[in-house]
Amino acid sequence: MIKTDILIIGAGPTGLFAVFEAGLLQLKCHLIDALPQAGGQCAEIYPKKPIYDIPGFPEVLAGELVDNLKEQIKAFQPGFTLGERAETIEKQEDGSFIVTTNKGTKHHAPIVAIAGGLGSFEPRKPLLENLTKFEDNGVSYMIKDPEVYRDKKVIIAGGGDSALDWSIFLADVAAEVTLVHRRNEFRGALDSVEKVQQLKNQGKINLITPAEIVGLRGENILEAVEIRKTGEEELITLEVDNFIALFGLSPKLGPIADWGLEIEKNAIKVNNTLDYQTNISGIYAIGDVNTYPGKLKLILCGFHEATLMCQSAYQKIYPEKKYVMKYTTVGGVTGFDGTKKEAPKAVVKAID
Amino acid sequence: MSDIKIKITDREGVLHEVDAPTDMNMNLMEIVRSYELAPEGTIGICGGMAMCASCQCYVISNHKLPEMSDDEDAMLAEAFNVEDNSRLGCQLHMTPELDGLEVELAPES
Repeated sequence: MIKTDILIIGAGPTGLFAVFEAGLLQLKCHLIDALPQAGGQCAEIYPKKPIYDIPGFPEVLAGELVDNLKEQIKAFQPGFTLGERAETIEKQEDGSFIVTTNKGTKHHAPIVAIAGGLGSFEPRKPLLENLTKFEDNGVSYMIKDPEVYRDKKVIIAGGGDSALDWSIFLADVAAEVTLVHRRNEFRGALDSVEKVQQLKNQGKINLITPAEIVGLRGENILEAVEIRKTGEEELITLEVDNFIALFGLSPKLGPIADWGLEIEKNAIKVNNTLDYQTNISGIYAIGDVNTYPGKLKLILCGFHEATLMCQSAYQKIYPEKKYVMKYTTVGGVTGFDGTKKEAPKAVVKAID
Repeated sequence: MSDIKIKITDREGVLHEVDAPTDMNMNLMEIVRSYELAPEGTIGICGGMAMCASCQCYVISNHKLPEMSDDEDAMLAEAFNVEDNSRLGCQLHMTPELDGLEVELAPES
């Protein structure tokens, strides 16, 4: 069981900055994120795109902002459970919470701050009949263990980096690799595109474009797929053991929607702009995931919300303590790792 | 005031005729959101960067539309329910030329 003071669900900019504000109050944080890396949308969707409305940064790339935030909070030694989705929450008798991920990792904290953005990123699934029937029976949306495909006949669909990269990788592992994409053009790193071209020329990758998988065949497990080439009536039936659909990720609110929180417009309603607490005492919602009158889904608003949430969390954890907010310029920043940053002291000395 | 009229069929099949300003730097996705013709969180997820296809729509009228950027083209190549007349709403900026535009929102996916 992982124990912490504030359990943050979502490691995007808002969640990351919450670690800093909590750290100033000597509260420890642990973050859970469904993606394998921290940064949320900034890292997953648009790391190379500029942002112009972060105060003090005339221009910053989303990926850089995440790197800076990670650097800023490093001294507060946040814990991370990455690549796992927060699934269930159980309120304990003492008012604390146990949050369990889809992989069974348990986290215990008196405060839960949901900084889940638009939700957890889930693979986008093609619209095919029988799709659910074949999930885990030949159809998958991500590759966890490439060995599963050793000596198998594999078909991959998609036109982005992951479709290209896995086609290349599996060309040496699988018995047969077919790559299907709706266009002739692929969007990916130049090396990957060239490598696939090379493997195609060598006959190691069977490329079918422009085409789409339109049907799945099989008794209980996947046995074949039906492919339609654009503009052609007749379908191609191809025997395969595995179909890997790599169509990118899209965010879904997911299991959080079933935690008994008030939901409005796909966001968690917070009763106030005082501390962003939800209808369940001890659970807060900050950043893009919450809604309240006047809400703006901006990173800078998320930072503000994270800051107020931490003050409220502190009062909840230590109801008897009095606290006065201190500027970092005055108090410095004392990390849990023993580091201390502080403003240089002025010299008081007479000049003869 | 320089409003144009746009006909938008929502995902439930209901037709809405709305006024869209051409002087506020708005795109079709934002028009849909401003009139709440699709629930928040189901459209414009990436905020208008042509990176999610949640604002995909089918253009029914014969308006001359701006050329697709590479980003839009690539995104539509990966999206679902794509038809020949598919465009990303976030890439269609409201200009006087688009007066009378008729579109239908693509299903959520």
